[in-house]
Amino acid sequence: MSVAKHFSRKYLREEVLPTPFCPGCFNGVVMNAMFKAMEELGIEDLRNFVFVSGIGCSSWIPNPLIRADSLHTLHGRAVAVATGVKLANPRLNVVVIGGDGDLVAIGGNHLLHAARRNMDLLVVMVNNMVYAMTRGQLAPTTPLGFRTATTPYGNFEPPINVAKLLINTNANYVARWCVSNFHKLKQSFKEALSEVSKGFRFIEVVAPCITYVVRYEGKTPGQKIKELREACVEVKSISEIDDVERRGKIAVGVFKKELKPGYVELYESYASRAREASQK
Amino acid sequence: MVRALLSGNEAVAEGALAAGCNFFAGYPITPSSEIMHYMARELPKRGGSFIQAEDELAAINMVIGASWAGARAMTATSGPGFSLMQEGLGYAIMTETPLVIVNVMRAGPATGQATKAAQGDLMQARWGRHGDQMIPVLAPSSPQEAYDLTIEAFAIAEELRTPVVVLSDEFIAHGREVVELREKVEIPSRRKPRDPSEPPFGSPDPRIAPPMPPLGEGYYVIVTGSTHNEYGYRDVHSFETHFRLVKRLVDKIRLNVDKLFRYEVLGDDDAEVAIVCFGSVSRSAKQALRMLRSRGVRAKLLRLVTLWPMNDEVVRRELRSAKTIVVPEMNLGQLIYDVQRLAREDSRIVAVNKVGGGIPIYPSEIVEAALGGSR
Repeated sequence: MSVAKHFSRKYLREEVLPTPFCPGCFNGVVMNAMFKAMEELGIEDLRNFVFVSGIGCSSWIPNPLIRADSLHTLHGRAVAVATGVKLANPRLNVVVIGGDGDLVAIGGNHLLHAARRNMDLLVVMVNNMVYAMTRGQLAPTTPLGFRTATTPYGNFEPPINVAKLLINTNANYVARWCVSNFHKLKQSFKEALSEVSKGFRFIEVVAPCITYVVRYEGKTPGQKIKELREACVEVKSISEIDDVERRGKIAVGVFKKELKPGYVELYESYASRAREASQK
Repeated sequence: MVRALLSGNEAVAEGALAAGCNFFAGYPITPSSEIMHYMARELPKRGGSFIQAEDELAAINMVIGASWAGARAMTATSGPGFSLMQEGLGYAIMTETPLVIVNVMRAGPATGQATKAAQGDLMQARWGRHGDQMIPVLAPSSPQEAYDLTIEAFAIAEELRTPVVVLSDEFIAHGREVVELREKVEIPSRRKPRDPSEPPFGSPDPRIAPPMPPLGEGYYVIVTGSTHNEYGYRDVHSFETHFRLVKRLVDKIRLNVDKLFRYEVLGDDDAEVAIVCFGSVSRSAKQALRMLRSRGVRAKLLRLVTLWPMNDEVVRRELRSAKTIVVPEMNLGQLIYDVQRLAREDSRIVAVNKVGGGIPIYPSEIVEAALGGSR
């Protein structure tokens, strides 16, 4: 009897499977949503893609799992490396996948400035709410009151709202979804890879760590998905975000979608001005 | 032959452009900024990429990304930025990424004296990264050499898939001299794997760098700063994989010492007095050599152009006859450790250390040290 292959397998390196992730880890949901989007866009292989990641659990999604060129870089530096790749070869689709600690704490400056430049990158932030690979310490996204290895009496540092922050930059696309919104998340991947294929595109996926968040809460992955489904409220306009969050819910949706020229386009017109100036 | 009056910083930029540099990422810092200004002016109109990064961490990592995407990439900085770039340099070493990094030394530590020359980053250039590693370090002593060694640095980086440091200082950077520019510079491009079965991170002969698959050409290369096998797969547990990798990376530089080591010797073969120096201090040292020899002292000067890998045999041989060895440095003593290691046991080694305020070591101070008094 032959077993049909899972659709995602064509994007994966068979030889490194199974994945290194904990059983029930939501990284699989993120991967499947991205791969499904790619499949629906008719992307057969990833030879024009470069995946760049830093250090953390979600940074292991591309390297070495995805069958594509990938750079597993230093902690926090993925966005900077990705910027160099994109500028040196603008033909490539450059995708950064990383965690909240990697992209927002140690790599926060690079994230902010890539968004300011509207750098032509897709950045996927898998927000698992803790530092999971190093065994569950406080992250800049950890909710208040949450017990972690470094806040054993409950977190008192208010978390950062990354997607909301990036709305106020030059980023072209900002979206947030929970792992419970699989189809909407897939839709965002499709948008960020086709309709809005230039400039800085940011997709946050709320994906609580199965080991250091969900298990600590005494819940199963299924229960957590159900809880997230109830907690997520899709907003149609960014003015609704504050209201949703005041009610203790998670605002999800496409917060920003523009088609401004990205950095590469702006640099090209700058360079042509430079050539004209030098000919005078 | 084109001759131009250039500062050391401008000469570095001209050398980089002659070598085909087409990507520069940097962050403003004194006294290296003129290199960045030059590249900001030239690269956009020559079809290259220039970007002012948000910090030095970003700059070096952008250079790494660009290099993997096929660019000839460089950055330039000074002490505080060089400190920040050590992290990225370690990654470039581990992933065998060709790049050139220019460190225009100023007085440190910390912010120190931003506009004043120093040579205090010598050991940082050698040992600044954690873990076992070695990268070539070249030290120019004039704008001409800044031009030539920058070209050389690109050639080494491409051939050995390694970061290369050009260790300049504020005197060279802002000194202006006539530089002979080359008509044509040919630097062979890095070798691509013949097919995907040729490992991009392994080589049977450690002196030869593995081929480098550029991104976007269907090689599906796996690049990681973690310990990896010859195909790039992470292996963070086994002794064999780690030892084989770091040994090869260090041997790649160390065993190419004959090819990489450049030096200059002036004066008497059977010298009683030897001066060992590098960089801008060599200018005073050369005058000191003339002064000593005019007084009838048999003296020589050994100027290291390549600081690392150090050719122990050459240094030992050149210092064999010397009873007195003077080591003038614009720091509190760094090169002297290698001199102590390699000199005859009965030789008298005298340090001349002076740093700060942009005051050079004067030839008279070197002469005085050679003839008797120690500072």
